[in-house]
Amino acid sequence: MVEYLFTSPLKESDVRKLRVRDIVYVSGNVFTARDEAHHRALKWAEDGKKLPINLTGLPMYHCGPLARKDDGTWNIISAGPTTSSRMELYESDFIKQFEIPMIVGKGGMGQRTTEAMMNHGAVYAAFPGGTGALAAQSIIGVEKVFWLDLGMPEALWYLRVEHFGPLTIAIDSHGNNLYDSLYEEFKVNIAELKQKM
Amino acid sequence: MNTNDLGEVVERATKKLLELAVIELPIGVENALRGALKKEQNLIAKAQLTSMIENIEIARSKRLPICQDTGIQMFHITLGEDFPVKSKLQKIVQRSVQKATSEIPLRPNAVHPITRVNSSDNTGIHVPYIEWCIQPGTKMNIEVIPKGFGSENMSRLRMLSPGQGMKAVKEFLLDSVLEAGGKNCPPTIIGLGLGLGVDGVMRLGRKAALRPLPLRNEHPEIADLEAELLRLVNETGIGPMGLGGKTTALAVNIELGHTHTASLPVAVVFQCWAARRSEANIYSNGCVEFVSHEVKEW
Repeated sequence: MVEYLFTSPLKESDVRKLRVRDIVYVSGNVFTARDEAHHRALKWAEDGKKLPINLTGLPMYHCGPLARKDDGTWNIISAGPTTSSRMELYESDFIKQFEIPMIVGKGGMGQRTTEAMMNHGAVYAAFPGGTGALAAQSIIGVEKVFWLDLGMPEALWYLRVEHFGPLTIAIDSHGNNLYDSLYEEFKVNIAELKQKM
Repeated sequence: MNTNDLGEVVERATKKLLELAVIELPIGVENALRGALKKEQNLIAKAQLTSMIENIEIARSKRLPICQDTGIQMFHITLGEDFPVKSKLQKIVQRSVQKATSEIPLRPNAVHPITRVNSSDNTGIHVPYIEWCIQPGTKMNIEVIPKGFGSENMSRLRMLSPGQGMKAVKEFLLDSVLEAGGKNCPPTIIGLGLGLGVDGVMRLGRKAALRPLPLRNEHPEIADLEAELLRLVNETGIGPMGLGGKTTALAVNIELGHTHTASLPVAVVFQCWAARRSEANIYSNGCVEFVSHEVKEW
C-alpha cells in the first residue's frame, strides 16, 4: 500500500503506477456526473456536439452534491459519493470517449469498466459513502455548473478540490478489481454459513 | 391555542425535526460505529469507520447535512384523535419540507418517475410521504425519516413458500446482503419483516430498520433471533463499505405480523450507516417535546 498526492489533470504515467489498496489524495479540478450527465454527455458526443468543458484528464466524481447559492456564488454544503454501479451502463464508453483517468465513487464497478480502465489507463477510487460533510471540506470552490436543468444532483459540477481523500484505489489499470476479489471471498464465506445451518 | 397558531407550531417543529435529522445522527448509531471501530483490525475497514465518525463530528459542529443524499422525506404521524389540527397537516408538512429544502438546505431529490423532471423542492405526487395512525389523546407524535436511496435501492422482497421455513429466510437475508455488497453503505441497520402481504411486509421491514439503536425486539425469543442473524451477517466478512471487515451490520431488527397460511413473506430493508431520524411530541397547547435529540432552544 502506497500513498500518493496527485494534481489534476492527471497523467497516464501517474495513473498506471497505482495498484489496488493504494491511497490517493487529489488536488485541482474534478467534475461530478451521475446517470443523467453520463447519458447526455454520450448523446452529445454521438451527435457531434461539443461538451461545455473539456473533461480529458479530469477525475470524475460520482456525486450529486448538495449546494447552495449565496450572493450569486455556489457553495458545496455536503458532497459524498453516490453508488457507482448505476453508471456501469455508460462507463466503458465514457472513459474511452472523454479519456477519464480516475473515477471516484462508492460500492465499486463491474467487468466492462475494469476492462476499459485497463485499456485506457484509468482507475476507480472509493471514498467512504455517506461522508458528505467530510468531503465538502476539501471542495474549495465551484468553478462552474452545467446542465442544471437535469436537477441539482444530476447536473455536471466543475469543482476545485484540495487534498481530496483518502481515496482507496479499488480498481487499477492492470485488471485488478478489489470488489471482485472480495466478492469471491464473501461468496465462499456465505456458502459455508449456509452449509452450517 | 387556536388551530392556526398550532398549525404554525407544527410547521416550525417539523422543519426543526428535518434539520436535526439530517445534521445530527442519533447517539445510538454513533456509539455503535465507535464500538465497531474498536473491533476492526482490517486497515481499510478502520479507515472507512474513522472517516464516518469524523464526518459525524464535522456535520454536528459545522451544522452541515451528514450526507448529501438528504433522501425522500418520510413522516410517521401518530395523531391524537383530539389534537385540534387534522386535515391541514398534510399541507403543513409539505410546506415544512419546501422551507427546509431551501433553508437548511436539503438536496432536491424528488423526480417524476417517467419524465425524471426534478420538482426542485422535494414535493411531488405522494411526496413527502406520510404514514398516518390515530390514537386516543390530544398530542401528535411525528417521526421524520430522510431516507437515502443508496440503501433503499438494495432492499428486497421475497414471497417464500411456508415449507421453505426459517432456513430459507436466513439464506435470503445472506443473499441480499451479498448482492448489496458496499452499495448500501454498510455497516447498515437491517430491518427484517416477516408476515402480512407484499405491502405489509415491506412496512414491517421499514419499521424494523428504523428502530432506534440499541433497542431489541420486545419478545425475548425474537430478540435472540436478531442477535443470531446479526452474527451471521457479520460473519460474511463484507465489512464497512463492502471493502472487507467484521462489521457489515450494526443491527438486525425483526418485526413480524401474521400472514396467510399459503405464504411466508420476507422483506429485507436496508438503512445505511447514516441512519438519520428525529421525533417529537406536539401538544395541543403548543408545547413541543423533542424525543430523539436534545434541543435547548429552537
